[in-house]
Amino acid sequence: MTDTTDFQNLAPSAGQKFRQRTLPFLILAAILLAIPMTGPSRTFYTVAHQMGINVVFALSYNMILGKAGLLSFGHAVYFGLGGYLAVHAMGWIEEEIGLWGSIPMFFLPIIGFFGGALAGATIGWPSTRRAGTTFAMISLGVAELIFAAAFMFDSFFGGEQGISGDRMNGIELFGLSLGPIAEVYWFIAFWMFVGILGMWAFTRTPLGRLSEATRDNAQRVQFIGYNPQRVRYMVFIIAGGFAGLAGGMAAVNYEIFTPDALSLLPSGFVLIMAYVGGITYFVGPIFGAILLTYMQSMLSDFTEAWLLYLGALFIGIVMFAPRGLAGIIFGFFDGLRGAERGAFLKGWITSLVGGLFMLIGLIILVEVSVRWSNGYGEIYEPFGLHLDHASPLTWLLFLATTGAGIGLTALANRHKEGTT
Amino acid sequence: METLVFGLLNGVSYGLLLFMLSSGLTLIFSMMGVLNFAHASFYMLGAYFAFTISGSSSFWIALFLAPVLVGLIGAAVERYGLRRVHPNGHVAELLFTFGLAYLIEEVVKIVYGKTSVDYRVPDLLNFAAFEVYGASFPAYRLFVIVIAIAMLIGLWYLLKKTRAGLIIQAALSHPHMVGHLGHNVPLIFMTVFGIGCALAGLAGVMAGNIFVTDPAMAIQMGPIVFVVVVVGGIGSLEGAFVASLVIGLLQNLAVGINASFADIFGFIGLSELSEVGRINISSLAPVLPFLLLVLILIFRPQGLMGEKEL
Amino acid sequence: MTAIALSLKDLNKSFGPAKIIDNVTLDIEKGERHAIIGPNGAGKSTLFNLISGLYTPTSGSVTLHGEEISGMAPHLINHRGLSRSFQVSNIFTNMTVRENVRCGVLNALGQGYAFWRNIGSNKEVQTRTFEILDRCGLVDKAALPASLLPYADQRALEIAITIAGGADVILLDEPTAGMSHSETERAVQLIRTATEGKTLIIVEHDMGVIFDLADRISVLVYGDIIASDTPQNIRGNAKVREAYLGDEDLPEEIA
Ligand SMILES: Nc1ncnc2c1ncn2[C@@H]1O[C@H](COP(=O)(O)OP(=O)(O)O)[C@@H](O)[C@H]1O
Ligand SMILES: [Mg+2]
Repeated sequence: MTDTTDFQNLAPSAGQKFRQRTLPFLILAAILLAIPMTGPSRTFYTVAHQMGINVVFALSYNMILGKAGLLSFGHAVYFGLGGYLAVHAMGWIEEEIGLWGSIPMFFLPIIGFFGGALAGATIGWPSTRRAGTTFAMISLGVAELIFAAAFMFDSFFGGEQGISGDRMNGIELFGLSLGPIAEVYWFIAFWMFVGILGMWAFTRTPLGRLSEATRDNAQRVQFIGYNPQRVRYMVFIIAGGFAGLAGGMAAVNYEIFTPDALSLLPSGFVLIMAYVGGITYFVGPIFGAILLTYMQSMLSDFTEAWLLYLGALFIGIVMFAPRGLAGIIFGFFDGLRGAERGAFLKGWITSLVGGLFMLIGLIILVEVSVRWSNGYGEIYEPFGLHLDHASPLTWLLFLATTGAGIGLTALANRHKEGTT
Repeated sequence: METLVFGLLNGVSYGLLLFMLSSGLTLIFSMMGVLNFAHASFYMLGAYFAFTISGSSSFWIALFLAPVLVGLIGAAVERYGLRRVHPNGHVAELLFTFGLAYLIEEVVKIVYGKTSVDYRVPDLLNFAAFEVYGASFPAYRLFVIVIAIAMLIGLWYLLKKTRAGLIIQAALSHPHMVGHLGHNVPLIFMTVFGIGCALAGLAGVMAGNIFVTDPAMAIQMGPIVFVVVVVGGIGSLEGAFVASLVIGLLQNLAVGINASFADIFGFIGLSELSEVGRINISSLAPVLPFLLLVLILIFRPQGLMGEKEL
Repeated sequence: MTAIALSLKDLNKSFGPAKIIDNVTLDIEKGERHAIIGPNGAGKSTLFNLISGLYTPTSGSVTLHGEEISGMAPHLINHRGLSRSFQVSNIFTNMTVRENVRCGVLNALGQGYAFWRNIGSNKEVQTRTFEILDRCGLVDKAALPASLLPYADQRALEIAITIAGGADVILLDEPTAGMSHSETERAVQLIRTATEGKTLIIVEHDMGVIFDLADRISVLVYGDIIASDTPQNIRGNAKVREAYLGDEDLPEEIA
C-alpha cells in the first residue's frame, strides 16, 4: 500500500487552486469596487442593480436545473415569498416592533433567504418526490396555486398594489443610509458577492456533489446509501433560500413587492436567463442574467416585440447552442488553443456572420410586421431606410439577408462536419 | 337545484374539452417522451384560425379546417424543430416547446392584436336547447359535448381498430421495438405530434367562442391541462379522461356554491371577518385544479391511474 | 454455530405470469464467499435486485443480520451494511473517478448530506478515497471523467464504488464479464483483498474465478437453486453437471 499522504497528489496544486478558485473572486471584487469610480449614471445604477439581483436569482435557479437536474417553471415563487417577507420585515423595522428595531436594513436579504428556504421546505416536500418531466409540471401547477392564493390573502400580499416599505429606517450599517442610489449600490454589490460565493461554495460541499450524482444517476445513488428524494429536497430548500436572498435584495432596491413577482412570467424569465447563459457552467447563469437584464431594460424601450426576440433567442440557443453563452465563449477559447486554429476561426466567423444576417432578417420581419399590425401608419426606418410593409424593398431585403444567413450557416456546418 | 343541473352539464362539457387537450398531450408524451409545453398555444391557434375562417366563410368549414391547419403546423414544428433537438434529451425538447409558446403568443399578438377578437358561437347553434327551472341551457354547449364524444369514439377507433393505431399502441408500450419492426419512426412521431396538436386546435375551435379568444388564453389553459395529466397519472389516457371530468365538474360545481369558508367551518369558530373565513367557494373555483394537484401529490404521487416511478 | 449474515426464505418473484425466482431459500454465513452460478436468464441478477431492494419480492423474506429487509428502500438496506455492484456498469459518468468513489465514502462517514463543510476539508474522507482508488488500481486515473475510462477500469470503478461505503456484505454481479485473461486475474486479486473479512456474494461465469474464490457455490437454474455446496461437491454433483456445467465448460485442470 502506498503512503496515505499521497492523496495530496490527487488534489489540485496550490497554484491551480489560486487560479481557479481565489482569483476569479478577487477579480469580481475588484470590478465591483471599481465601478463606482467611473462615475456611473443613474440609469446605469438602475440596470446594474437589477443585474445584481438577477445574477443571484439565476444562479439559485441553476442549483436545481443545472446541478440537480430539476426543471422548474415556478422558481419565482421563492424569490417572491422571500421578497415579501423582507418587505414586511422592512415595515417591522420601521415600526421597531420587538427586536426588529435593532436589526439593520442591510441584513434584509438574510430574512429573504429564510423566507425562500421556508417556502422551499413547505412546497418542496410534496413536489420533490418526483423528478424529470413530472416535477416540471408540478412546479407549474404549484406556482399557479400560490399566485392565485396571493390575491386571496391581502394582509400578506397586499392585493394588486402589493406591499411597500421604506428602506431608510433602522440602524445604519457601514455608514450607509441606503437612501441615494449610489449607496444602494454597495448593498447590492455586497449581497451579490455573498450570493455568488455562497452558491459556489455549495458546489464544493458533500451535498452539492451528491446533487450532481443524483442528477447523473438517481438509481446508483440509492445503492450507495442515499435517498435521492432527500437530496433533491435539501437542494431545493437551499435553492429556494438563495432565490429568497435575491428577493430580499429586490425588496430593498425597489421598496415594493406585488403578486406579479411570483407569477409565471418571472419564473419563465429566470429559466431563460440561466439556460441562455449556459447551465453546465457555474458562471453561465451570471452571463445570462447580465445579458438578458440588459436586453430587457434596453430593448423593451425600443421595440414592443421584445418578448418575441427573447423567445427566438431562447429557441436558437436550445437548438444550436445547448451549452449556452458560456459554452460558446469557452468553446471559442478552446478552439483557439486547439490544433486547427485557422480552420476553426474560419468556421466560427462564417457562422457568426451567418447568424448576424439571419438576425437582421428577423428584425426586419418583426419590426415591419409590428408596425403594420398596429396600423398607426408608423414606418420602420433603420439607417434612413424606408421599410414599409407594402414596399418590395422591404421583402427583398428580408429575403436576401435571411437567405444569406441560412446559406452561410449551412456552409459553416458542412465545413465542420468535413473536418471532424 | 338548477345550479346543480347546470353545474353538471357545464362540468361535463368543460371536462370533455379538457380531455380533448389532455389526450393530445398524453398521446405525444407517451409516444415521444416530449412534454409539449406549447400544447395550449396550439389550442389558442385553433381558436384564432376558427375566428378567421368563420369570418370569411362559415363556422362549419372552420370546425374542419382549423384543426387540420393547426395539425400541419404541429407536424412542421416536429419536423424542423423538435427533431433537431431530440438528441439532446427530453428536457431540451421541453425547453424548445417552452420557447415556442413564447413565440406563438407574440406572433398571435402581432397578427391579431393584443386584445380579444370577436369569435362568436354560430347563429345556427345560438339558441336555448332546453330550459330547466326557468333557466336555459345553450345549444352550443350541447354541441360541444356531442363533438367531444364523437372525437372520443374517433380516437378510440383509431387506436383500437386501425393499423396505424396498432403501431401507435405498440410504440406506447415498447418504444424501442417499433423501429426494429421496420416502421418509419420519425414519420410516426411527426404524425402523432400533428394529431395531438390538431386535437388541441379542435378544442380551441370549440372553446374559443364559449370563453374569450385572446392572446392570454394559452397561458390560462396550459397549467390546467398539465394538472389534468399529472392528476390522471402521466401517460395514461384513461387517467386523463377521468381527471378531465373530475376537474371540469369540480370547477363548474364550485362556481355555483355561494358559501364562504365561515359559513361552512363556522362551527369550529371560523369567523366571517377573518381572511380565511371570507374566502368564497365560488371564488375558489379557478384554484381547485391546483389544490387537487397538491392533494394527489401528497396522497397518491403516481396519479390516479399512473404507475409508480422513482 | 456461526452467525448468518444474509438469509433468503421462500423467496419468489414474478413479472406478470412469468415466475423468475421460484421459492429460493438460502443462508449465507458471516465471512463466507458465496458464488452463484447458472445459465443466462436464470434469475441471478433478479435475485440481487430482490436482496438489494431494487425489486420487492412477490412473497418470501430476506433478512440481513437477523433483520427483515425485504420491501425496504435500497438506501436503507445499504445503511444496514449491504452494498452491490451492477452487471452493466452503473457509474456517475459526468463526474471524475475520484468524485465517484468519494460519493460512496462520504455516506459511510456520515457526511452524505452535509452542506456546511468543504468536501476537501475532511482528512479521513480523502484518505479513505485514496485507499480505495489505490486498492482498485485507479489512482492514475483519478482525475479523469468516468465516461472516458476504458472498459476494464469502468468495471474496477464499479467495484470501487460498491466497496467505498464500507459495507460488510458485498454483492458483485459478474464483475469480470468481458475482461481479458490478465484483466480478470487483476480483478480477482482486487476482489479478494477488497472483501477481506467481509461476506461476499458473487455472480460469475468464469469457473476458474469461482473455484479460486468461493467457499460455497449455489447453482441457480430457472429461478430455482438446484444445489448449494462446496466447490468440491458441486463439481461432483451429477445434477449440476447435467443441468448446467456441461463438461466442456469446466476448465481442464479442475474437471
Ligand atoms: N423487470 C423485469 N421485468 C420483466 N422481466 C424481467 C425483469 N427483470 C428480469 N426479467 C426476466 O427475468 C429473467 C432473469 O433475468 P436475470 O435475473 O437478468 O438473469 P441472469 O442475471 O441470471 O442472467 C429474464 O428472463 C428476464 O427477462
Ligand atoms: Mg445477470
